[in-house]
Amino acid sequence: MDSILIQLLNGLDKGAAYALIALGLTLVFGTLGVVNFAHGALFLMGAFCAVTFQKILTISKKVLDPSITYFDAYIEQPYLELWFGETGLAVIDWAVPLSIIVTIPTMLLIGLAMERGLIRHFYKRTHAEQILVTFGLAIVLQEIIRHFFGANPIPTPAPDIVSGSAAIGTWIGLGENFVYPWWRLIYLASATVIISSVFAFLHLTTFGMVVRAGMFDRQMVAFLGINVQRKFTIIFGLAAVVAGVAGAMYAPIVPPDYHMGMDFLVISFVIVVVGGMGSVRGAVAAGFLLGILQSLASMTVVSSLLPGIDQIIIYLVAVIILLTRPRGLMGRKGIGE
Amino acid sequence: MMNSIKQQLMNLFKKQSDLTTILLFAAGVLTMPIWLDPIGANYPDLLQKFVIFGIFAVGYNILFGLTGYLSFGHAVFLGVGSYTAVWSFKLFTMNVLPAMLFATLISGLIAAAIGFVSMRRSGIYFSILTLAFAQMFYNLAYSVLIPITNGETGLQLRMHDIRIIDNYFSDPAPGLPSTELFGMSMNGYSGFYFCAVVLILAFYVAMKIFRSPFGMKLKAIKSNQHRMRYTGSDTRPYLITAFIISGMFAGLAGALLAVTDPLAGAERMQWTASGEVILMTILGGVGTLFGPLLGVGIIKYLENIFSTINESVLQQFFSFLPQWGENFMVAIVSPFVGDGWHLTLGILFMIIIIFLPGGLMEGFQKIKKRYLTKGVKDSESTTKQE
Amino acid sequence: MSEKYDITRRQFAKAGLAVAAMPMFYTKGVWAANDFTNNPGSSSTVTLGFNVPQTGAYADEGADELRAFKLAVKHLNGQGDSGLMNTMKPMNLKGNGILGKKVTYVTGDTQTKSDAARASAKRMIEKDGVVMFSGGSSSGVAIAVQGLAQELGVIFMAGLTHSNDTTGKDKRRYGFRHFFNAKMSGSALGPVLKDEMGTDRKAYHLTADYTWGWTQEQSIQETTEGLGWSTTAKVRTPVGAGDFSQFITPVLNSGADVLILNHYGKDMINSLTQAVQFGLRDKQVNGKNFEIIVPLYSRLMAQGAGKNLQGILGTANWDWQLEDEGSKAFVKSFGTEYGFPPSMAAQTCYVQTLLYANACENAGTFYPPEVIRQLEGFEFDGMGNGPTEYRAEDHQCFKKVLVVRGKANPSSQYDLLDIVKEVPRSEVEYDASIFGGELGPYKV
Repeated sequence: MDSILIQLLNGLDKGAAYALIALGLTLVFGTLGVVNFAHGALFLMGAFCAVTFQKILTISKKVLDPSITYFDAYIEQPYLELWFGETGLAVIDWAVPLSIIVTIPTMLLIGLAMERGLIRHFYKRTHAEQILVTFGLAIVLQEIIRHFFGANPIPTPAPDIVSGSAAIGTWIGLGENFVYPWWRLIYLASATVIISSVFAFLHLTTFGMVVRAGMFDRQMVAFLGINVQRKFTIIFGLAAVVAGVAGAMYAPIVPPDYHMGMDFLVISFVIVVVGGMGSVRGAVAAGFLLGILQSLASMTVVSSLLPGIDQIIIYLVAVIILLTRPRGLMGRKGIGE
Repeated sequence: MMNSIKQQLMNLFKKQSDLTTILLFAAGVLTMPIWLDPIGANYPDLLQKFVIFGIFAVGYNILFGLTGYLSFGHAVFLGVGSYTAVWSFKLFTMNVLPAMLFATLISGLIAAAIGFVSMRRSGIYFSILTLAFAQMFYNLAYSVLIPITNGETGLQLRMHDIRIIDNYFSDPAPGLPSTELFGMSMNGYSGFYFCAVVLILAFYVAMKIFRSPFGMKLKAIKSNQHRMRYTGSDTRPYLITAFIISGMFAGLAGALLAVTDPLAGAERMQWTASGEVILMTILGGVGTLFGPLLGVGIIKYLENIFSTINESVLQQFFSFLPQWGENFMVAIVSPFVGDGWHLTLGILFMIIIIFLPGGLMEGFQKIKKRYLTKGVKDSESTTKQE
Repeated sequence: MSEKYDITRRQFAKAGLAVAAMPMFYTKGVWAANDFTNNPGSSSTVTLGFNVPQTGAYADEGADELRAFKLAVKHLNGQGDSGLMNTMKPMNLKGNGILGKKVTYVTGDTQTKSDAARASAKRMIEKDGVVMFSGGSSSGVAIAVQGLAQELGVIFMAGLTHSNDTTGKDKRRYGFRHFFNAKMSGSALGPVLKDEMGTDRKAYHLTADYTWGWTQEQSIQETTEGLGWSTTAKVRTPVGAGDFSQFITPVLNSGADVLILNHYGKDMINSLTQAVQFGLRDKQVNGKNFEIIVPLYSRLMAQGAGKNLQGILGTANWDWQLEDEGSKAFVKSFGTEYGFPPSMAAQTCYVQTLLYANACENAGTFYPPEVIRQLEGFEFDGMGNGPTEYRAEDHQCFKKVLVVRGKANPSSQYDLLDIVKEVPRSEVEYDASIFGGELGPYKV
């Protein structure tokens, strides 16, 4: 029982990451009608915002290491530590959460620049061409990251205070085996907050109403004299911010490397398509669904019954859903066909 | 606009007879060791890769170029072809013909299965279905299918493989046997020439398909599937057939990869490998006969030669400049060569998609139009008519 | 009797083939006695190929291997402080290249993939004309390119590869391994595990799903079950998975009290970090402290894993803090060049390059069969692991193995491992025949 519950929680946690990435992707598709293969790269850029921020905080002075006698080795001491002592160290410790403050405006700028500079010229092109040009862009972005940060993953730990795990089991009386890392819980909680705010934004504000109307019938809204285009540009910026924050917060879970965008691209596309192209709700639902299924399939019991199932479950479910529900869970007719 | 250009291309080709085209093509392919020598690409492994991926791309073009269906899973057939071929080497004979035959047939069968299911959907849903199948094959090859695929290490020949047919005729020679065609080793240049001949045949078949009524039908599907349906023709059998044919081309290419180097690794089934063939096709010019081959050449050249240029090579190259100029140029150029070749590829690719959606072939066509006045008038009249 | 019949049948079949005008000729083995693939002949230089992972899960190790190779080439050509050429014995190297030819090199990226590694190695052999190539960091890749080495007749001096298969069932005449293997890790680790964790333990394996992971899992399982431990589960994880959480959560409830991570490089850093985040190290199971074992790890990984690795037991081929003359000379040389100490991957690659060069000097030729005969059974000392022998039967080096533990209070960013025990060669030796396999012919 415990083991199923903890696996469910793990699934929610994975699902949160999937849903966050898929959210922006499907939003952009629903509003702008653009299939953005560079969305994974936005996730990557977000993670590297955190990395860059951490690197800036830990700019160090090189001090000769006295313990090594064979040759000149250096110890790196961050200037923050030299100048502010304990306070400086504490700031470095909190690098990832603090980096979110920088990530949001940076990603907004990147998003707007991308939309104005490239994506906008591809509204009228075919989906295949959109896929291809954004795929090219994704390669360029990841190679730029590689040029500056190298090919190796860069450790970006969470603050010390949340690096352990929460004894959830003891709190709710399920035994001490039920523990879960704090940072992953924080990730899950923030994802819920972000997803809810995007929903609130779309459903409770006038801006959101126009966007939703635009998603439904873009021409009609334009006839009403509303500048849909401007609103859609902002939506692209929003999608970039969501992907970026998702990436920055993911950095303590898996140390980021230049290839993480591509690793998540495939899965996020599968999620968007399973949810139904352009459906925000569908993407969130599919993200959590596939996260949970993937986690459950990795249980020893399951994988001993069906060997290899943990490796293919996501794709298998995707195939089944697409065959039984031609437009995914919540897709509409005529989109992306 | 796009269509008119393709129309012109087709007209251009029709003017030459098929025979002239194929002869020119054959001459071009077989003389590759000569004209690729000055740019450092004349060594067997790369030459083999050029022609083998040429077959792959020509096959992919039959699906994507003619029908517009963007498959993200074609690398599966490449992988299946390789595995089948290596198994044929292990179980039956080192002769390459049975291996190629089995590989083509089995990848055709798998293409039939995947195509039958995936062709129920179109557009991006089709792409994702093929991608999902490809990822399943890839992940399984690394886990439960390891008895067949040997996982990460890749499937290799062993000294004590059964090789029923070979061992019936002769005692196994000491050491690992090499692939052969009735005694002719498939290593090195002989391997290249063999693959080149296969490419020429494959190209001929593709050309015939492009110009057949079947090919016309596929093009009609691409331009307007609904209209096709309204006229009462069921498009699915045609689409599935195209999918199977291009899958078989990929299987054949996979078999040749194993012929020239008898090891099959699962990574050639990864979705990025499918992405690569898409890049090749688009870069050269989708839907054109020669375009995909051009794309193959560029990408494989970047991957194998461009990626080995390092700073010392650059320094030599710019050594004619004064010292500061040399340093400046090396600093500017070095991010784009060596392990930065992906960056060059990405940029090149974006430029092509943005400015020349028809690929490099469209670029050549535009240049041609500018310089051949007669051609300009002809094409203008056709454009106006449309 | 039956053999005789066999021959007649085959002769008959051959005759049949001949009638059908299909001559059986092989281009392999047509080299005259003194000609061979990429014979440098009268050229004034000789080229070596260094094929290392520059991207992928093992990129860190690859970068360090490349540094070591470059250093070795420098030393062979008589530049720098000559490093281990001061301490190696017996040694025939003169600091004027190999056999008087200046050493040059080409590099390649294996991407930690067998396909890419083979393509890169083929380029080195066919285009750049290397007489020997080296590198590694993944046993899958090492085995794949070792096969190529045999096919094309170019010697492969494996870098970091730890699977039993490399010199076991997949051994090749043209492949040589200086690094130790999983079997030796198990033998070395056994007594220490018994002392520290007792004989009543339940082990849970998480294993990288490829040749190295499988053989290490098997070797460690043999060792621990020999101590009386039981094995709760063995779970295979894909290489490069990134997030291992779904594999770690089942450990919590499994009743196991030891987690054995058969992961390496980036995978190990991720899985260990995540296991610690899940509180496994603070756990009590069956009245015992929950323990994590990482049977193979390096200082580079310790750098990536940070304090998560403190106190964790494992084995290593070599460590820069060893006090013998060879190790000191190498660390000094490497440290002066690059400003930090070498990893064990770097050491093995450096040593392999020198061993090859020395074997050529001994043989007086680059002709591979002669060089191979020089390496087979070669005994040497002063390279950092004490007296070492290249066993002729399987091309595996036998030497001391280190049992290490993540240091609790590191004094510098490089001082991360405590050497718990230097296990002598006799305790890790095994019979070459237990893994099967066949080396194949000298001449190809």
